[in-house]
Amino acid sequence: MNAHRKMDKPDTRNRLDDMSQGLVGTAMDRPDGPLKVSGQATYAHEWEVPDMVHGVLVRATISKGRVTDVASDEILADDAIHAVITDDRLLRRPAQGGANEAPPQGSKQVDYFGQPIALVVADTFEQARHAANNLKIGYETEGNAAFDPEAAATETDKPEDDQLDQGDLDQAMRNAAFTVDQVYRTPGHNSAAMEPHCAIASWEGDKLTLRGSYQMLNFNINELADALHISADNIRMLSPFVGGGFGSKLGLSPEAVAAAIAAKEIGLPVCVTLSRQQVFETTMRRSETHQHVRLSCGEDGVLTGLGHECLVSNLPGEEFYEPVTQATHFLYGGKNRKLGIEVARLNRTCGGSVRAPGEAVGMQVLENAMDELAEAAGIDPVELRKRNIPEQHPEKDIPYSSRRFTEALDEGAKRFGWDKRNAKPGNLREGDWLIGHGMAGAARINILSEAKAKVTLLANGSAVVETDMTDIGTGTYAILTQIACDMLGLPADKVETKLGDTDFPAGPGSGGSWGASSSGSAVFLACEEIRRKLADKLGSDERDLELADGKAGTGEPAQSLAVILDGEEISAIGHIEPGKTLEDWQQATYGSYFAEVAVNAITGETRVKRMLGVFGAGRILNEKTATSQCYGGMIWGIGSALTEELAFDNRDGHIVNHDLAEYHIPVNLDVPQIEVVLLKERDEFASPIQAKGIGELGICGAAAAVTNAIYNATGIRVRDYPATLDKLLEGLPDQQQ
Amino acid sequence: MKPFEYAKATAHADATAQAANNATFIAGGTNLLDLMKLEVMAPGKLVDINRLDLSEISQTDDGGLRIGALVTNSDCAADKRIRDDYPVLSRAILAGASGQLRNKATTGGNLCQRTRCYYFYDTAMPCNKREPGSGCQAMEGFNRIHAILGASDACIATYPGDMAVAMTALHAQVEIEDKSGDIRHVPVREFHLLPGDHPEKDNILEPGDLITAVILPPPVEGKQIYQKVRDRASYAFALCSVAAIVKMDGDTIASVALAFGGLAHKPWCDEAVEELLVGQQPSAELFGKAADLLLAEAQGYGSNDFKVPLTRRVLISVLKKATQTGAAS
Ligand SMILES: Cc1cc2nc3c(=O)[nH]c(=O)nc-3n(C[C@H](O)[C@H](O)[C@H](O)COP(=O)(O)OP(=O)(O)OC[C@H]3O[C@@H](n4cnc5c(N)ncnc54)[C@H](O)[C@@H]3O)c2cc1C
Ligand code: SF4
Repeated sequence: MNAHRKMDKPDTRNRLDDMSQGLVGTAMDRPDGPLKVSGQATYAHEWEVPDMVHGVLVRATISKGRVTDVASDEILADDAIHAVITDDRLLRRPAQGGANEAPPQGSKQVDYFGQPIALVVADTFEQARHAANNLKIGYETEGNAAFDPEAAATETDKPEDDQLDQGDLDQAMRNAAFTVDQVYRTPGHNSAAMEPHCAIASWEGDKLTLRGSYQMLNFNINELADALHISADNIRMLSPFVGGGFGSKLGLSPEAVAAAIAAKEIGLPVCVTLSRQQVFETTMRRSETHQHVRLSCGEDGVLTGLGHECLVSNLPGEEFYEPVTQATHFLYGGKNRKLGIEVARLNRTCGGSVRAPGEAVGMQVLENAMDELAEAAGIDPVELRKRNIPEQHPEKDIPYSSRRFTEALDEGAKRFGWDKRNAKPGNLREGDWLIGHGMAGAARINILSEAKAKVTLLANGSAVVETDMTDIGTGTYAILTQIACDMLGLPADKVETKLGDTDFPAGPGSGGSWGASSSGSAVFLACEEIRRKLADKLGSDERDLELADGKAGTGEPAQSLAVILDGEEISAIGHIEPGKTLEDWQQATYGSYFAEVAVNAITGETRVKRMLGVFGAGRILNEKTATSQCYGGMIWGIGSALTEELAFDNRDGHIVNHDLAEYHIPVNLDVPQIEVVLLKERDEFASPIQAKGIGELGICGAAAAVTNAIYNATGIRVRDYPATLDKLLEGLPDQQQ
Repeated sequence: MKPFEYAKATAHADATAQAANNATFIAGGTNLLDLMKLEVMAPGKLVDINRLDLSEISQTDDGGLRIGALVTNSDCAADKRIRDDYPVLSRAILAGASGQLRNKATTGGNLCQRTRCYYFYDTAMPCNKREPGSGCQAMEGFNRIHAILGASDACIATYPGDMAVAMTALHAQVEIEDKSGDIRHVPVREFHLLPGDHPEKDNILEPGDLITAVILPPPVEGKQIYQKVRDRASYAFALCSVAAIVKMDGDTIASVALAFGGLAHKPWCDEAVEELLVGQQPSAELFGKAADLLLAEAQGYGSNDFKVPLTRRVLISVLKKATQTGAAS
């Protein structure tokens, strides 16, 4: 049975509010939590597959050119080495999220330093790693590689459909009472998920089973099929647990194809796991950005012009580019607008989606510029933002769906005690520490993705939810269980959610924050269908059906489901598709951040003392997992502000700090107690469950609150992220006094 | 990781004999194993010294302390005698690595930990320390964590540790047993080498030399400070660190010992700076002069230029705090 809905109209019924089981929205513990904390959740590398051998990818040590020779014979002399794979089907880089087809393949051409060019397979991981380290490769290098996005010689292009020139920004700037005209830079990032990428391939005849760590199995299976030149019908992918993704596991990555080819060739299951260094070198990086922001406003602080022109980078031929201006298009008004993206073509690790592509870096910078404008205009930064929230979309003639931006700003200011802050920069000192306060707005587009899920109400009155949707630590197991529980009137222990198996109906995959609302809607629709069947059995109308604690009835739940089902089971597949509401309304999530920092007046070291985030993201499905997502985003915001940076060597484009000792993400001591407030909201345009995405919202602008606070503490604007101490030293107070 | 032999040493002589014969000691393994996985180091044989009787902290005849080479960083930092009488050492150790690493890391291993130079860690890169004569890729590359003092044309790496910086200020001695069973004492100040033309050699140990202990002299009076400046609040190596032990006599400086981490191929000390300060009254001018002297020869290589003004600021600030009379240390 199929229950299909295309989201062409808003769903104003808010049905989940009427369900008496009442689990949706609560801080229910993750059903998978006990497994995870007791080491029983099986992550990709942990599967015990009989007779399995191990493969290690070999990295290119040139930046551009061709592999002319692989001295396989030398290492194959060792009995422990099974094979050296240099197949034309090996992936040179991961697929972009949602590619649905193989990315560039072939092991001969080298596009960037660190690119996989071969796979060495041995009895043990250690043997394979040693042999891979020592495999001699001959190269023919090409001298015209490009490594510096800003170098004059670097080729660039402009994606046509991401350039806006509306009105006359130059004139608006000339005529304005106050302006900001600044260049900001943000560095590249790597997701560096806790679980490194891994794939275990095993074949039975023509059938391939691939256990791996991937975010979007619905696409990954087609990418794998395309890469191997086989039919997706012959593949089963399993990713029941994923130890973090952040975009790096959206598209299929090289280890999967390498494992599958090797396993076929040697007739044994093969496990390929990336080292931490390989995760940095071969999985998607967030592009560094160069952002030129221009703002103009009148005496009243109302924007008359807004410019946001950005330079990002990627490998030649890649269509993906960091969509830096994504939220700039709709967040604030201003008639005269110039927004654009230019892509520098570099021989560096592939650029792709990393948590909140676009807004993570775009909002970070836009919100710095707004802080500068507030200062220039002498208007409180919270007030300035409120004055610039447009009625209608400033570029298209469409309205907004629900938007709790003003409330987030007001609520945040109130809770943080914003009115008590010292507005004059560099004016508050405690011992060696300069204290400052800063705020920023948050915004992230909302996306609904096509999704299917199957729900089966078993004869015994319990239910099973099945979809190939993944849980990458986000809480999918919890929220799908909660939705099914409420819709079918079951307690949490009566619903089992099964994920991450391509034998189940195709979900939306985990990405772009669409996972919860999309897969949740599919489960909701399937449950509605089951409710209709139940109502038929009771001879009543579905709308009058009351379900709770495993009982059903009209008016009041009286009969046990098992009795009503009488040995039968009912199953339905829910199928949601995005529709007109996504085009005809601007859908997004909003919020605000407030931060207090202390900057050491001697050394320039910055410590965040407290941080608050207030967010409106539609219906919150699980308060605990939603809050955790916001924590994670804000912590990454602290890292983006203060420490995180992919350091490239511009002589060969290699990543210099490719491990977690030198790629500095925040550690516990860098993170203060963070407060997250989730506003009550229902967005009927977003999904049948009125939920929007929340996974990425917490990072979109978070770093700006920290750097704005640094400015307030010191009077120093760091426009070149991250705000490491060396960038503050010069502006710190003189020591002699 | 290159295949290797492994043996457990049962006695000092056994350990030193094997090491003289091309084997490498393994203590906590927190540095060595990482380097072996990457094949930056590829010893053919490991001698595990963890069974040796070197895990005690004991009193010496002259009232100092003898810290066995296998005393873990955690135990050393937590020892009451060290916390009370040598707080600079406790603080330096606790400013390093993470709790888990410190539980495993040993006193001997920490002294011998190798540089964190990014290019040293990447076997695809030329590096004179890893492969003598291959070149130094850091010199004109990304060198944020590199040396500003005492570097050579061959290598600009730093010794990354904290513990040895405090030990340098404390005038500690390294106790070394060689392959013939002879014991010698080398000041920590002289233990690490400058890179010169032989950056492959980090310290004065010869094949077969086993560190058996670090000897602390009797407690000294004065205020003890360890300030470490780093990119995040914890779990990062020092961009610059200062260990200071300063004794005041009324309003003049009676004695001063200073050591610096993160600046050179060894914990840096400069006796001329110490001499300049002794017998003087603290003043901004004096501290400025001390910083000028310390940094007279300092040189940045691009990304680490900031270490020069940073060190200046930190030194002045530490001296101010150390010479403030009245306040507790
Ligand atoms: C991510 C990370 C962060 C860190 N941060 C810091 C920091 O901030 N500050 C800091 O100071 N340290 C830091 N450390 C380094 C840590 O302190 C060292 O790894 C540790 O002290 C080494 O001790 P070990 O016993 O494990 O040595 P091992 O790894 O066992 O040995 C290291 C070397 O010492 C030699 N050796 C060991 N014992 C003896 C002996 N008795 N005689 C002769 N030679 C010997 C070994 O042969 C080997 O070459 C960090 C380490 C890591 C991995
Ligand atoms: S600084 Fe020293 S360790 Fe680093 S690359 Fe140069 S020679 Fe090697």
